[in-house]
Amino acid sequence: MKNIDWRYVLRLGLIAGVVVAYVSAIGVLVTFNSRSIVAGVLTLGQLILYIAPLWAGYLVGKKVLADGGSYLESLLSGLGVGVLSMVPVLGLIILPHALLPNLRRIFVNISPDLITLLTFQQESLLSGSLLLVGLMTALGLVGSATHLIPTQVRRPLAIALLWVVLVGMFSELLIQILRPLNRTLVTTFFQGNALKSNIALALFAITAALNWIVTSQRETVKTQIKQLPSDYQKGLYIASLVLVFILFMLLPRVVGSFLSEVLVNVGLYILMGLGLNIAIGLAGLLDLGYVTNFAIGAYIMGVLTSTSSLGRGQLSFWVVIPICIVSAMITGFLLALPVLRMRGDYLAITTLGFGEIIRLLALSDWLRPLIGGAQGIVFIPKPAIFDFVFGTSSQLYYIVFFGCLLVLFVSVRLNNSRTGRQWMALREDEDAAKAMGIDTIQTKLLAFTLSAASGGLAGAIFASKLGTIFPNSFDLLVSINVLALIIVGGMGSIPGIMVGALVLIGLPELLREFAEYRLLAYGVLLIVMMLARPEGLIPSEIRQRELHDEEVISTVENPSA
Amino acid sequence: MRSRYFDNISWVSLILGILRIVILVLIVVGAYNTLSSGKYSAEAWVGLIASGLAQGSIYALIALGYTLVYGILLMINFAHGEIFMAGAMTASFLANSFARSGFLNQSPVLAIFILLCFAGLVSASIAILLERIAYRPLRGSPRLVPLITAIGASFFLQYTFRGLYGSGFQSYPGTVDALKGNLTIGSLQTPITLTQVFVFFCAFALMMALYWLVERTKIGMAMRAVSENKEVAALMGINIDRIIVITFALGGFLAGAAGVINGIYRPQGVFFRMGFFPGVKAFTAAVLGGIGSVPGAMLGGLFLGLVESLGPNLVLEGLGIPGANQLKDAIAFTMLVLVLIFRPQGILGERLAEKKA
Repeated sequence: MKNIDWRYVLRLGLIAGVVVAYVSAIGVLVTFNSRSIVAGVLTLGQLILYIAPLWAGYLVGKKVLADGGSYLESLLSGLGVGVLSMVPVLGLIILPHALLPNLRRIFVNISPDLITLLTFQQESLLSGSLLLVGLMTALGLVGSATHLIPTQVRRPLAIALLWVVLVGMFSELLIQILRPLNRTLVTTFFQGNALKSNIALALFAITAALNWIVTSQRETVKTQIKQLPSDYQKGLYIASLVLVFILFMLLPRVVGSFLSEVLVNVGLYILMGLGLNIAIGLAGLLDLGYVTNFAIGAYIMGVLTSTSSLGRGQLSFWVVIPICIVSAMITGFLLALPVLRMRGDYLAITTLGFGEIIRLLALSDWLRPLIGGAQGIVFIPKPAIFDFVFGTSSQLYYIVFFGCLLVLFVSVRLNNSRTGRQWMALREDEDAAKAMGIDTIQTKLLAFTLSAASGGLAGAIFASKLGTIFPNSFDLLVSINVLALIIVGGMGSIPGIMVGALVLIGLPELLREFAEYRLLAYGVLLIVMMLARPEGLIPSEIRQRELHDEEVISTVENPSA
Repeated sequence: MRSRYFDNISWVSLILGILRIVILVLIVVGAYNTLSSGKYSAEAWVGLIASGLAQGSIYALIALGYTLVYGILLMINFAHGEIFMAGAMTASFLANSFARSGFLNQSPVLAIFILLCFAGLVSASIAILLERIAYRPLRGSPRLVPLITAIGASFFLQYTFRGLYGSGFQSYPGTVDALKGNLTIGSLQTPITLTQVFVFFCAFALMMALYWLVERTKIGMAMRAVSENKEVAALMGINIDRIIVITFALGGFLAGAAGVINGIYRPQGVFFRMGFFPGVKAFTAAVLGGIGSVPGAMLGGLFLGLVESLGPNLVLEGLGIPGANQLKDAIAFTMLVLVLIFRPQGILGERLAEKKA
């Protein structure tokens, strides 16, 4: 027993318990319980409930083994964590029942639904609670027991589990895609909106086996490719790019209108993400008012193309697009002037102020004759080439797609240019950059101006996509969304931004229940990313090196930390 | 020679200088037009000033939290507005139960005191948790990192409280009996409401208590030492972590108390996003007064409250802008931007090296 750090067990168990109690009390469990993953076996809510003790068991088992404990000791600590993780949750079940019946009037989400969920629909509270305690303890044990399995087996198993969960979670979507193709396929695989349990098992086995094969073969394939002559390698690379391009061109035809809509939104955020990345990721200027550029683009598009009484000119979409981009750049330039001498947090708050001022002005009666005040601008036509109107999302997708390609190309080129390196120098140390002869004023102005451009483009497309714009579509949350996707993907990393946009913008639209907790999740993500992985999911190489360097330096400076 | 006059800095400065003059001219012209039109009576101005001071003293209380934390950690606790919201929302339930049982009207002083303490403690504990979980592990990392964490924390807190208490609006009980009506001096009925007087003096008392704590006690001395120089303070035997926790707790307590005072002043509109505007405005106030300075935050808060309540009527209407009161919040933000551009060291600014700004 001497190898078990009981204080660690206590802390981890209680943290897991508090997390479970927290997600229960804010209503996450009940909301997500309506999405089932494997029919009759597992819902998303239950999964969330189970993850905490499982994870805590896993961590504590790892720690005990690392401290030189035996497998028995690791299992024992897992058991302890499982039991402890129940204490706060039990309080949540018992308190409103026994002592404070009025608790529900304050905490709206501690509802009878929650209690039934937590006690597994048992008639009596006691047997339900006991069941829950038993299950959580078992999960803690299972978590710590995962260390008994050799690593080569554990990885494929975990990944297979993830696949089952993903497929189950999005089965509603898969059904929508599959139904027009083959009806019997749907009824054999799915029951209601979830996977059938035997299919889930089969899927688990297949993905685990596939993963096993892929991981064992990956190295050999990699070395084989490396042995090819360089011309061949280049050819392969270009071929794969072309393949990806064709895939993306065909995508809206395959996935249907709903997913195309999601893809368009993701694309708009990729546009903004790539733009803001120039300011935040490359030049290190934390711009919280990025929505300003988006709003300028949208409003210019609205005013110049709308067929309503507010519309002036009623120009074509293609004529207005460059105007939108240029005016966003001009705004970006003008708003950058006053903040040139600020750094870090002051810059952030000032730009946030700009964003809010723009929104409040758009809302005000003062500018109503020009841009419609709170009523916004309506009747913005869809883009068209001669007679072909980009009316639906699956058609608009192509505009967004080519916009993204364009911005992507510019971003990649900028990233590797002299200017890009100047920005990075600025990000790392302004004084040193200055000393190296970089004109900081000019460099910053360029960063703000260029970063504004794609925001204007995104705003313009957004306006003609929706057909109507309101000032309240342009609040701080847009800037925060873009910021979050850059942070999660990895500051300065272009593939990271795409992944970030897919995860943060795409996922919430697919999980409708999630909408209520979207910003909560963003908040948690921002904190967790900063604490655990400040370089992002797919970090840019340079940035990671820099962050790592800082760690090395700081440990050298104060070895106690 | 040419480069000395047309140096990069100088054309930016030139533009900013012109901007400064334009704004001054606009303010003067607007104020002159309004005053010469005689649209508002003296009584109306007194009323506006009183509401500005009351609102301003609430800003000042929240601003103290920013300034205390900034003074010690040189970071903007972006989530401070949410700490204010947490206290205000949580205490609203207690306030309503006090009102239902009649306790609030029977012994208003005691009831309000309990409410202030309760909200203060709730907010302080959230501030402490926030510091422990989100900020402490990041001390010493690049400056953007804690700021982004704070933005995350702000959304996390907002939606946590939305999850706990629901997304609807709560409200505080209407005016306490003892605070109904207007202030009368002799036989003269003033346009100042008793609630405004209460808000002002309540906030004032709290600020004085804080000032005493910072200037006269040992803990306050330790806080000032830490804000001066962490390493040296640590060498003098001060427990830095403890002082930082105390600072967060104090700022949180004042924010929570401000939540209750705000609830008594404006009973409506208690909901999970209520912290955003007061938060940003209090930050403005803190910067306005000189961030890091305790009296500065108080002055800045009062000043911002006055500008916000007088600005729309005095300046914007004079410039012929319709619906001037809709732009109240825009005035506060403009103020923020202008202060940061032209006088980042604030009114009572201590020297603020470029490193800090």
